[in-house]
Amino acid sequence: MTALGALIRRDIRIALRIGGGALIGVLFFLTVVVLMPFAVGPDLALLTRLGPAILWLGALLSSLLTLDRLFTADHEDGSLDLIVMSRTPLELACAAKALAHWLAAGLPLVIATPVLGLLLNLDATATGAVALTLLAGTPALTFIGMIGAALAVTMHRGGLLLAVLVLPLSIPVLIFGVAASQAAIVGPLPFGAPFSILCALSLVSFVIGPFAAATSLRNGLD
Amino acid sequence: MSLIDLANPTRFLALTARLLPWLALVTVVLLAAGLYLSALAPDDYQQGATVKIMFIHVPNAWLSMFVWGIMSIASLGTLVWRHPLADVAAKAAAPIGASFTFLALLTGSLWGRPMWGTYWEWDARLTSVLILFLMYLGLMALWRSVEDPTRAARAAAVLTLVGAINLPIIKFSVDWWNTLHQPASVMRMGGPALDKSFLIPLLVMAIGFSFLFITLHVAAMRNEILRRRVRSLQMLQARAYTTSAPAGDATGRVVGAA
Repeated sequence: MTALGALIRRDIRIALRIGGGALIGVLFFLTVVVLMPFAVGPDLALLTRLGPAILWLGALLSSLLTLDRLFTADHEDGSLDLIVMSRTPLELACAAKALAHWLAAGLPLVIATPVLGLLLNLDATATGAVALTLLAGTPALTFIGMIGAALAVTMHRGGLLLAVLVLPLSIPVLIFGVAASQAAIVGPLPFGAPFSILCALSLVSFVIGPFAAATSLRNGLD
Repeated sequence: MSLIDLANPTRFLALTARLLPWLALVTVVLLAAGLYLSALAPDDYQQGATVKIMFIHVPNAWLSMFVWGIMSIASLGTLVWRHPLADVAAKAAAPIGASFTFLALLTGSLWGRPMWGTYWEWDARLTSVLILFLMYLGLMALWRSVEDPTRAARAAAVLTLVGAINLPIIKFSVDWWNTLHQPASVMRMGGPALDKSFLIPLLVMAIGFSFLFITLHVAAMRNEILRRRVRSLQMLQARAYTTSAPAGDATGRVVGAA
């Protein structure tokens, strides 16, 4: 347990100090949201309607952007080999790393959502709903993305492939995240049903992600 | 690769060399019979002759999912039992499955135009099959981006098993979401809802397409095994040159290499 705690603390510290993970993700999120009015026109009513979808797409893309860092840096400096060889089960170590990555790169996206909702003319309820769905859904994006990151770390030029492999798997999360936010804003469907499915997707990814990532790391690194 | 590992593919090659012509024959007979029966099938009272697209479309759609299922079982074989033929089977199946998926999408879209008035609709079944197609392509890209086949096999196996989650989503998408695509009418509780005049040609075509898959799959597996042999021979040759190079004479000619 202390080993896992130390791993989480170390990963968060690296992400914050090197300045890559947390802030660049939020900056990219902001850029995607800012680009939208240029693409669809500065029509506030339309932006309100598209708001949850734009925020979810932005969060999805920026979490994809930072996923590359999940294992690559550790692979380059050799600490990934030490983690694989250590007595801590690799599945738990992967889960700890993903948790740290979510705290450093996913949670800031959720925190930034209210500000970005303001830019898209979302009211308080809508912003709250989107932030809540992101809070429930971004862990799933991280834990599913970890599988792709583990596959990509063992090959050269894996970055582009990572996006191709991970995006199809994250579509259900996107569907139910946006569906829950829309339900809270315009109805008529209740918020609870899609939100529960979103939570279920996160829980399933907590189980599948670490095992699949650990398997591909073990196979890729030997 | 040890001799014992090689023994199995060799027996596989010998067996399939005898089996393959018969498989091809059965495929041709079944598909010919299926097409004949499809042509004889009556027109639908609502859809007219376009209903016959079904006899091509539905087998392709079934096989697109069936092939991923086969690949998932083969992936278990790769990860759990390290069977030398399992990853060959998984790799050979991917492009065939992608083709079936593409044909299912294409024929579905051609059928959709006269029936629904549109080539494409963002409906649950259509979208989930499109995702399946994208996953096939991603998997093929993964196979190509890792050089060592055994390592590529295990990476692809993980992805295949994770992607298998999509299969039940596709199967039940028409039941869970009330959408444009018609609900299941053959494999459902309480027996097929389809009339016999349509069901028999459809089943013959489905079996014919399954045999087509088996034939193509076996042929592709043979090619893959032979391709790997060529690769390992090339590696052996390269190794022989590099290890004996210092022993070569001043002109760089390798001693003992005739």
